[in-house]
Amino acid sequence: MNNGNANLLSVRDLRLHFRATRGVVQAVDCVDLDLPRNRAVVVIGESGCGKSTLAKAILRLLPRNVHSYSGSVFLNGQDIMALDDETFRQTIRWRRISMVPQAAMNALNPVVRVGEQVAEPARLHMGLGRTEAMEWVLQSFAHVGVPPDFAHRYAFELSGGMRQRVIIAMALIVQPDLVILDEPTSALDVLTQANIMNLLKRVKKELETSFILITHDIATSSELADDVAVMYAGQIVEVGDAASFFAKPLHPYSYKLMASVPRLRADIQPEFITGQPPSLLDPPKGCRFADRCHERFDKCDQEPPAIQQGRRIVKCWLYE
Amino acid sequence: MTDATTSATPETVAAAPAGSGNGRPDLLSIQDLHVWYELKRWGFMHAGFVRAVDGVSFDVKHGEALACVGESGCGKTSLMKAILGLNRPTSGDILFEGRSLSMLRGNEMRWYRTKVGYVQQDPFGALPTFMDVRRILTEPLIINGIRDPEERQRRIGKALDEVKLTPHAEFLPKFPHMLSGGQQQRVVIARAMILEPMLLVADEPVSMLDASVRVEILRLLRGLQVSHDLAVIYITHDLSTVRYFSDHIFVMYAGQIVEMARVDDLLGNPQHPYTLALLAASSDPDANNALVMREVPPGEPPSLVTPPEGCRFHPRCPHAQAGLCDVEVPDPFRTDEAHRVACWMYDPEGRHTGGADAVS
Repeated sequence: MNNGNANLLSVRDLRLHFRATRGVVQAVDCVDLDLPRNRAVVVIGESGCGKSTLAKAILRLLPRNVHSYSGSVFLNGQDIMALDDETFRQTIRWRRISMVPQAAMNALNPVVRVGEQVAEPARLHMGLGRTEAMEWVLQSFAHVGVPPDFAHRYAFELSGGMRQRVIIAMALIVQPDLVILDEPTSALDVLTQANIMNLLKRVKKELETSFILITHDIATSSELADDVAVMYAGQIVEVGDAASFFAKPLHPYSYKLMASVPRLRADIQPEFITGQPPSLLDPPKGCRFADRCHERFDKCDQEPPAIQQGRRIVKCWLYE
Repeated sequence: MTDATTSATPETVAAAPAGSGNGRPDLLSIQDLHVWYELKRWGFMHAGFVRAVDGVSFDVKHGEALACVGESGCGKTSLMKAILGLNRPTSGDILFEGRSLSMLRGNEMRWYRTKVGYVQQDPFGALPTFMDVRRILTEPLIINGIRDPEERQRRIGKALDEVKLTPHAEFLPKFPHMLSGGQQQRVVIARAMILEPMLLVADEPVSMLDASVRVEILRLLRGLQVSHDLAVIYITHDLSTVRYFSDHIFVMYAGQIVEMARVDDLLGNPQHPYTLALLAASSDPDANNALVMREVPPGEPPSLVTPPEGCRFHPRCPHAQAGLCDVEVPDPFRTDEAHRVACWMYDPEGRHTGGADAVS
């Protein structure tokens, strides 16, 4: 977790706060995250915990009402937060880090053939001509399992699963180092979901791409996870490798979150977490989960530090 | 309508297993239901039918929770709309306490609608944004002629108690956007329950909610079902929640029921190749998942305009046998007391050479 150079991506103390009518929303607050090359980290958490905002903060896709945006993001050791917007757009966004936004498969342009839409990043970022870019498209389609003749189709002529593959092809076409996937399977059927996860596993092996997978579907996320990061109320409360995380989550919130997942193959009654996440307008001073925590004690009124537990990091006083 | 594909005989599927017990007739009985939509070319020429529901039969007993599982486009929603009386069945019948839905007129239909509650998938979309909770819950009472404000107040209070939105005063003046997703879904459930229905149709009631809230809502529905002797049809694509919520389950594929059983029976001893594929594709959180590829049957669900001959799953089925599966439609064979499978491998006459052993 220390030497930033070994990691493909390393995020330090990233903050993204928004201005709202009633105050400042601390959507992403003090986030540290490391991602080694050719690994996949899944970011899980409830809706509204800042998962998607974290992705946007990494890619610097900011809305107009930003109150503060600070911290550092190292990509291959280079601090990309120091770059100006234009350089960032030209050399980093999509070129090195691409993204599959939430529900993107429904956002394909209905009047442009999908092949041309997928070619667009290649033409813009690589300066390729139309025919050359089409070759890249077909290559990218081959990686994601879309038949070549689908390039001439329109979005409405494709099924949901195929559209999602097309979107993933678009994210992969310029062969970025890192792909951020925001809920890539949430609107899909079980079999299609399994297909897409298989595809991502294959791409990860063949192209050696790294992934950040943002999802609230914990069961499906385990299909790709090398590492797991749990977010709660704008902060990452636990990071660790998938094997030990799924075996024994450390943070009380992770523990309760895992207990709420209904199991198909084991007869364990799922539990729910009482209460609601705190408002990000005025989050509690100490641990943000304290009000819902079954292990709460005196110290929880103070901000917990990130505590190293072997190769895992947990933000909870219990492990001091 | 002349139609040759209705080979699923109602008796074989619908024959209730011993245990309809208490002498009451089934609450709801779906008999060989077909919901077809006509396709038109240039606005007036006939261009075929979309066979969204094609020969479905099942019964719902009083107080029973029944889950309907299938992929999108398999006809779940068309079936549900027919049950709610929003779609007119092309053929077949829906009996509610022995009375055919197609025979209900005017006030009788209104009576039926008070007996059947509906919980929508997307709570925010289902609640009018310009009404506060009080107004949302008052509306069905006004429509159904409850004029006494005190009576309405009492009923609203009771409904809010049931969905555990207390204290009432805090929630009544709130508009939907001021509530969390879980609270919105509670309001939807309260609205469905306020006329004290006998049947609740829940269309993916938790798919838009977070994992932690999901369980809470499912428990709430389960509690209501038990305490009110309420029958619930729970439509979902998520097999993992079914176990904790339903008694019986049926799996739909391309407009037809392929397997029907008690929940533990279906999850413990799945038989139809499609059910097996669904189960194999669903994951439990486990780090080992990342190491292996999931097995998924090739291809995609068939067009409902020109469904394949014979068993509709045969083009994707690893056990399909030429000359049988692609020609004849399998009957729902009874493999156990309450377990029915529409697959030739379970044919008691053994016409499928692979036999059921090939699966396990």
